[in-house]
Amino acid sequence: MTASTPTSATPATGPAATGSASGGLVKSVVELDRVVIRLAGDSGDGMQLTGNRFTSETASFGNDVSTLPNFPAEIRAPTGTLPGVSSFQLHFADHDIMTPGDAPDVLVAMNPAALKANLTDLPGGGLLILDSDEFTPRNLAKVGYATNPIEDGSLEGWQTVSVPLTSMTTDALKESGLGKKEAERSKNMFTLGLLSWMYHRPTEGTIRFLERTFRRKPEIAAANIAAFRAGYNYGETTEAFAVSYEIKPAPMAPGRYRNISGNQALALGLIAAGQRSKLPVFLGAYPITPASDILHELSKHKSFDVRTFQAEDEIAGIGAALGASFGGALGITTTSGPGVALKAETIGLAVMTELPLVIVDVQRGGPSTGLPTKTEQSDLLQAMFGRNGEAPVPVIAPRSPSDCFDAAIEAARIALTYRTPVILLSDGYLANGAEPWAIPAADDLPDLTGAVDFATEPNGADGEFLPYLRDEQTLARPWAIPGTAGMQHRIGGLEKADRTGNISYDPANHDFMTRTRQAKIDGIAHSLAPTEVDDPDGDARVAVIGWGSTYGPIGAACRRIRRSGRSVAQVHLRHLNPMPGDLGDILARYDRVICPEMNLGQLAMLLRARYLIDIESHTQVRGLPFRAAELAAVMQDAIDSTHGAALGADATGGAE
Amino acid sequence: MTTSPSQVHELGMPGPSSTPPGPIADAIASSVQAHGPKQTELKAKDMKTDQEVRWCPGCGDYVILNAVQSFLPSLGIAREDMVIVSGIGCSSRFPYYLNTYGMHSIHGRAPAIATGLAASRPDLSVWVVTGDGDALSIGGNHLIHALRRNVNLTILLFNNRIYGLTKGQYSPTSEVGKVTKSTPMGSIDAPFNPVSLALGADATFVGRAMDSDRKGLTEVLRQAAEHQGTSLVEIYQNCNIFNDGAFELLKDPATGTQWSIPLVHGEPLVFGPDGAACVVRDDFGGLRIAETNQVDASEIVVHDSHRENPAYAFALSRLSSQDLRYTPMGVFRSVQKPTYDAMMAEQVDLARVQEPADLDALLGGNDTWQVEAQPSLSGE
Ligand SMILES: Cc1ncc(C[n+]2csc(CCOP(=O)(O)OP(=O)(O)O)c2C)c(N)n1
Ligand code: SF4
Ligand SMILES: [Mg+2]
Repeated sequence: MTASTPTSATPATGPAATGSASGGLVKSVVELDRVVIRLAGDSGDGMQLTGNRFTSETASFGNDVSTLPNFPAEIRAPTGTLPGVSSFQLHFADHDIMTPGDAPDVLVAMNPAALKANLTDLPGGGLLILDSDEFTPRNLAKVGYATNPIEDGSLEGWQTVSVPLTSMTTDALKESGLGKKEAERSKNMFTLGLLSWMYHRPTEGTIRFLERTFRRKPEIAAANIAAFRAGYNYGETTEAFAVSYEIKPAPMAPGRYRNISGNQALALGLIAAGQRSKLPVFLGAYPITPASDILHELSKHKSFDVRTFQAEDEIAGIGAALGASFGGALGITTTSGPGVALKAETIGLAVMTELPLVIVDVQRGGPSTGLPTKTEQSDLLQAMFGRNGEAPVPVIAPRSPSDCFDAAIEAARIALTYRTPVILLSDGYLANGAEPWAIPAADDLPDLTGAVDFATEPNGADGEFLPYLRDEQTLARPWAIPGTAGMQHRIGGLEKADRTGNISYDPANHDFMTRTRQAKIDGIAHSLAPTEVDDPDGDARVAVIGWGSTYGPIGAACRRIRRSGRSVAQVHLRHLNPMPGDLGDILARYDRVICPEMNLGQLAMLLRARYLIDIESHTQVRGLPFRAAELAAVMQDAIDSTHGAALGADATGGAE
Repeated sequence: MTTSPSQVHELGMPGPSSTPPGPIADAIASSVQAHGPKQTELKAKDMKTDQEVRWCPGCGDYVILNAVQSFLPSLGIAREDMVIVSGIGCSSRFPYYLNTYGMHSIHGRAPAIATGLAASRPDLSVWVVTGDGDALSIGGNHLIHALRRNVNLTILLFNNRIYGLTKGQYSPTSEVGKVTKSTPMGSIDAPFNPVSLALGADATFVGRAMDSDRKGLTEVLRQAAEHQGTSLVEIYQNCNIFNDGAFELLKDPATGTQWSIPLVHGEPLVFGPDGAACVVRDDFGGLRIAETNQVDASEIVVHDSHRENPAYAFALSRLSSQDLRYTPMGVFRSVQKPTYDAMMAEQVDLARVQEPADLDALLGGNDTWQVEAQPSLSGE
């Protein structure tokens, strides 16, 4: 590799050898077990792309990784302002990790706004990398800095490295033929190159990615690759960075892996459910953050007998999906909380008509329009009860981005087997967060063909078809689709007579049918595996119960607690309705049960009502996932104040 | 039964529609095995169900039901291949009385539900039955979007200019000043003309018929059913309980011929007793009523329902006032355009050629890495 100066970078292709001497500099390599990096810049700076590329490099290197994108709700907030700041945090390690990290070890701030918005999260002594070119009087004034923090000594508590990222990028692209403004756009790739050097990331993937992405604009591809390599070489040759870091691959089960976000995984899970049930998939949806990507993804894969319908509103989206289900398709609708509110009446119709339907709610901060791009778990009670009448609906929730895949298949299994609408509660954090995923073989996925079983023969004693004569085991009614001769029948929202499905206003029948619909949903619990309790020491007196995306932070906190010599049991619910049959007994075994949630205590309320257990609710609605340290502190308090508990070391700090 | 892209009909124009392969086709095949080939030679009595019809005696819905029951067999479509989807209202009880598949859904949403069904099952004949409140108040949005998409649906809008089921409030087609339970001092909002509204949404088929006119109604229904794409048929329906006589001006033999304008494709628009009135162009690109003996025969507009531009049909629809004088009856517009369901099927077929449905390849994606078995792990 040729020695080069920062301003005349020559392209490099691979990671530097450990301890390499370059340009006469001797650089040392420090081994770390984990790092949390946060990239922050203006929303036009391409921080999400940079973060995603770094994640891919990191994942393909073999580290475990977990990410947290955080972007503004406004598409184009004014440049350089606080509302325009977009950030991407990623945590990677040589062991398996469960969260994107409580706080960054490294903060890259591409402008004063990014610094101002994120500095409070960077612990003292953390590494701070700034683009000095952007710290102009004008940009400083935009966010109310009276003096330049790079110069006024206010950043002394951190290891601050300020580098002219923008001008080094334009210098590197002098020969590219691009104008200054265009060349500046590549500064994110310069930064990525620098970070790739710092953390010994493989670079081929990013180069291939840039070639692929800008296939039709080779000059842009070349410029980005040149900037990326220049950043890499700069790291190697500059005196500003004396140390690079090595984070060994994490031990992972053998297999083929990819990086996957929650929305991607959910979309693939829905397609897989269609393939494994051999049914056509029909998605009716209306765009809404943070669920739209599922619509985008599904609409790309029509060859899997997937039809996507962008409806005029959420009501039409679910209506069309239900119509398709009536015709024998796997009907799906995807939305967020405000959309679920609009769909409520149609969900009720699906309950009454007992047709399969999957309703995906990617939750965001509420009420009303709330915080569209931020995460929350506040739709649980809406999913449970947000309909008129007694309208029980199964509710399930994935616990990590890749788990969205399995949750989608499980939602389809329940919908098809029990002929019922099912609500799948994802959230903004799962939707956009990403992690490595061991790619399953299609043949190993659950076979759903048995759940379909269209009725083709009359089931009545007199050769008539009884659309509400139920399966004794599942209480599901027969699914007879149009086109099947001799099975013509009429369904609808009016109360049905048992067996015949005719309109019925009979009081006893209504009582019976209401209880039967409830019993059908309750009976799903029989098909669930026993609840997993994670209590490695087996002597925990305190249990923590959660659902959905809090799995990561709760799990990370439990690890800290255990490393401090304490015991805690973790229970995580995938099925929120019905809850697993053994749950009440399990919870009753503990002196205390803590329930952390990103709402004001919705699961806690359900558990208290159902099991008469004094659940301790710990809640937060900041639009961000819990921090593991905070949860560990809550658990430690509970454990240490529980009668007879042995006191241990402080559990709130440290790695996962 | 997948069609290859070369067989795919140009621009989604109607062609042989196929049942989706897989369990749906299997179920249908097994029912054919059990019952023999599809029964398409049917009589009116074959269309009836055992359900007791529950409209008020004398309601216009009965005559419409009779007309539809007699007419449907003439389509040569098996009962099991027809689906009637309705919303909520007196009129929306309709599916219970037809021996087809049916869904009596929720208020206003039938066009959306039918869209999903028709788009995923182009092999079916899908009908929507709706009322003026159902289609134009709560479901107005779904109606105009179904029309603009041109999904293969036949929508029957029973317009009684009142909310029947909720016992007599004014509706979005009630005339201004209508005194009802909810408007004791008279309604103050201007009504929709459903035909104008549909044409504004660029509906490819729009017709209007009278409940009591069996022959006229059947003719419009026949054309609507044969039309590929969304057909909207406004049916004037008497609610003898809450809005009796709403269409008397057009029904009464004494006044009917004077105020209704029969629309027959290719025929001059002459109407009224002894053909005394006619339709001519006005000076602003619209249409107006004239006295036949005051104009040259060449000035009389010859009805052309196949005109691409909806402006002509729209102008026709504007001839009538809210008190129903000069009401054109028949088919306003009938033009061919690609249907949504056919185009959707075409994209699925095209995608199959471009990206074979290989689930393993899809799950794998583009960026993967391999983790080899690590001997050090085996001890754990
Ligand atoms: C969500 C909802 N809102 C209100 C109603 C009450 N409702 C039932 S039918 C109807 C109006 C029906 O009028 P129209 O569509 O003209 O039908 P008609 O009874 O006149 O045939 C109303 C307001 C309902 N069923 N659902
Ligand atoms: S209320 Fe009117 S529309 Fe309804 S059934 Fe009676 S007569 Fe017919
Ligand atoms: Mg009405």
